[in-house]
Amino acid sequence: MKKFPLVLFAASAVAMQSCKMKDTESAVSGDAASKVYVAPGKHDEFYNFVSGGFNGQVSVYGLPSGRLLKVIPVFSLNPENGYGYSEETKDMLKTSAGYVPWDDQHHLELSQTNGEHDGRWLFANANNTPRVARIDLTTFKTMEIIEIPNSGGNHSSPFITENTEYVVAGTRFSVPMGTEDVPINSFKQNFKSTASFISVDKNTGGMKIAFQIMLPGMNLDLSHSGKGPSHDWFFFSTYNTEQANTLLEVNASQKDKDFIVAVNWKKAEEYANSGKGKKLPSQYMHNVYNEETQNTNSVIENETIVLDPKDCPDMVYMIPCPKSPHGCDVDPTGEYIVGSGKLAALIPVFSFTKLQSAIQGKKFEGDYYGIPVVKYEEALHGEVQKPGLGPLHTEFDGKGNAYTSFFISSEVVKWSIKDLKVIDRSPTFYSVGHLMVPGGDTRKPYGKYLVAYNKITKDRYLPTGPELAQSAQLYSIEGDKMQLLLDFPTFGEPHYAQAIPAEKLAPKSVKIYDIMKNKNPYVSMGEKATKVVRNGNRVDVYMTAIRSHLTPDNIEGIYVGDEVYFHVTNLEQDWDVPHGFAVKNAANAELLIMPGETTTLKFVPTKQGIYPFYCTDFCSALHQEMQGYMRVSPRGSNVPLKFGTNVADSAKVTASK
Amino acid sequence: MKKLTKIGKISIPVVILCLATLWILPMWQIDLRAPQYPGGLTMKIWINNVTGDIDIINGLNHYIGMKTIHKQDFKEFVYLPITMLSFMALGVVVLLLGKKIFYYIWTSLFLVIGLLSFYDFWKWEYDYGHNLDPKAPIQVPGMAYQPPLLGYKKMLNFEALSQPDLGGWFYMAAGVILVAVCVIEFKKSKPVN
Repeated sequence: MKKFPLVLFAASAVAMQSCKMKDTESAVSGDAASKVYVAPGKHDEFYNFVSGGFNGQVSVYGLPSGRLLKVIPVFSLNPENGYGYSEETKDMLKTSAGYVPWDDQHHLELSQTNGEHDGRWLFANANNTPRVARIDLTTFKTMEIIEIPNSGGNHSSPFITENTEYVVAGTRFSVPMGTEDVPINSFKQNFKSTASFISVDKNTGGMKIAFQIMLPGMNLDLSHSGKGPSHDWFFFSTYNTEQANTLLEVNASQKDKDFIVAVNWKKAEEYANSGKGKKLPSQYMHNVYNEETQNTNSVIENETIVLDPKDCPDMVYMIPCPKSPHGCDVDPTGEYIVGSGKLAALIPVFSFTKLQSAIQGKKFEGDYYGIPVVKYEEALHGEVQKPGLGPLHTEFDGKGNAYTSFFISSEVVKWSIKDLKVIDRSPTFYSVGHLMVPGGDTRKPYGKYLVAYNKITKDRYLPTGPELAQSAQLYSIEGDKMQLLLDFPTFGEPHYAQAIPAEKLAPKSVKIYDIMKNKNPYVSMGEKATKVVRNGNRVDVYMTAIRSHLTPDNIEGIYVGDEVYFHVTNLEQDWDVPHGFAVKNAANAELLIMPGETTTLKFVPTKQGIYPFYCTDFCSALHQEMQGYMRVSPRGSNVPLKFGTNVADSAKVTASK
Repeated sequence: MKKLTKIGKISIPVVILCLATLWILPMWQIDLRAPQYPGGLTMKIWINNVTGDIDIINGLNHYIGMKTIHKQDFKEFVYLPITMLSFMALGVVVLLLGKKIFYYIWTSLFLVIGLLSFYDFWKWEYDYGHNLDPKAPIQVPGMAYQPPLLGYKKMLNFEALSQPDLGGWFYMAAGVILVAVCVIEFKKSKPVN
């Protein structure tokens, strides 16, 4: 009988073992693999543009495979193809504070017509040094970057209106307007947040800061434009309406409610056009890449038009929103505005119709620095009760459902907009930030998939030391229940993303640049046009690249300290035949030159010697032979300028100028 | 001398029309396919031009030392249109004279021109495929790159398919009509004997 307790103990130990806590490997069921399998030679269904976060670039993935297709250089130098290093592109990263070689890229927005993706441009924000970029979707190239003055932390950007009339840029870190030197603790008096409206030219996509709305010092977090009935409005979430300038973690989390700022941008546009704004001296850089001349035109602008809500009635209203709202998302009908209080345990949903009647009936609870604050209940459609902890962002499927990410409880929750009931929930691994349904913030979401961009990776992939990739997770949202299909790693820290059906972009993708349209001032139209020209210390090498030689490939008569500019024209006119160009000891980067393009590498030799240069992009069976030499002689020596490819010695000699 | 039948007379403008298509449709096409050219490469031969992916084909062929193809190097693009125009003009003469014997001569002339053209085409292909630059970077001993006159051939990593294009089919239709009408004319003249 003595043995009995022992047996009992062993049995209970076994039982305990079998009811251990669930681990995170579970979750994938059934036909997930077949749903994401894109057979070799087949293409993905969607292009997924994913923000690069602290790598400053934009990644392009295919969905549903999760395969990485390209990294588009935007706000950071990219030695891989010379972006930001080449003479043609270096000014893209120029700001009023000089060259800023990196940024923190958070959000992306595809251009829209009538509230639907039109597949023309992709807009990207830079959070650190406030900027907005426009990327062309035929070349996947950054075409324009505009700096935002009177701003810090350009976070609620680059969200757009339904016909891409405006791209917005909202200040997360309030700063003083103008250049006055003020103490930090004068935040309440001197610091302002601004909502900048950048107009976009319908035909060229050219950006221009049309006006800035000056708001009290607080943190504008995220934003989205209205749709359909709410077309004229833009909504920004705010936090730190406590106006703390230190230990925000505590001091900006005091109030029970912050605000959603509702801006009537049509009205603002009228005020700006009728001269209600003040012209404020503000320096900012505007960089535009010209596809024809293949050069960046960098212009410094000197003033902005600032609209003060005090002078512009009926332009701005505040809606109270619980606990430091983060996401500010508008459903496809344009009627419902979802504010996600990131420290809240519920999701408030506002009604545009109710907001309008509250404004009309002046149902205000007071004002915030003169801006009317609408009563919470008067604008509220309802609250989603107990959805999870820490709601961040919401996307829509066009079938009346909303999907909200929950950072703290690490899950995605599906709920019905109409009756505000939770329908389904699915865990994410781990701590999801943004999520994205293809077209999920437009009037016509494509649905089908949902991607969760997680903030924490931990054990999702093979470990790579302390620094890990980020983790994205693909879900099917076709059925009533969400189904986890795939994990795939991403670069930087992805924030927001966009996705568009492949057939809207793929047929327009440029294969080569027509060399006959190359207007680069340093182009060599054929090998016969190549030359080396000296002008003082400056030496211009007009070079061509074609399989598989560079012309000229022997250059002499260069001296230590010369500024040598290699203008390399790729003469190829065939798809997928770029040439690369690199010079030994060059202090910047290599070039990748697309067919029909001319790109320039600057090289200043600091030592006498023979400098090999070569093609870096495997171009043909004779790629390894695609190389040349430059002779750099001591300054003061007398070596005549000489160059050519496969020419007899002394056959081609050009006198120094 | 026997007069042409109604069928014979009608056939003449039909033949001329068939040949006139050569100025608006390519005669021949050669398709090339290789793994690194997923969409394939095409060369289209016209009565007075050669079009398609010529630049790309020229770029490729320099590895094996083949001559580059240029429109101006083909004297055929001058002679062939003149020959065909003259042939078409002769058709009008045959129609006006309305005699069977001239129709037979006209048909024989067509066959001679056709055979000579094919021989010329084959000769060019032979030269193009065999006459290689001795300094070419890639030299495969015993390898020639003559494209097929008609049909399919594999050359190194490339598959080549040579066949008439739409204009070529019209050209051949002209030949078939001519021969067929000759037979009809010949048969119809017999019972009178």
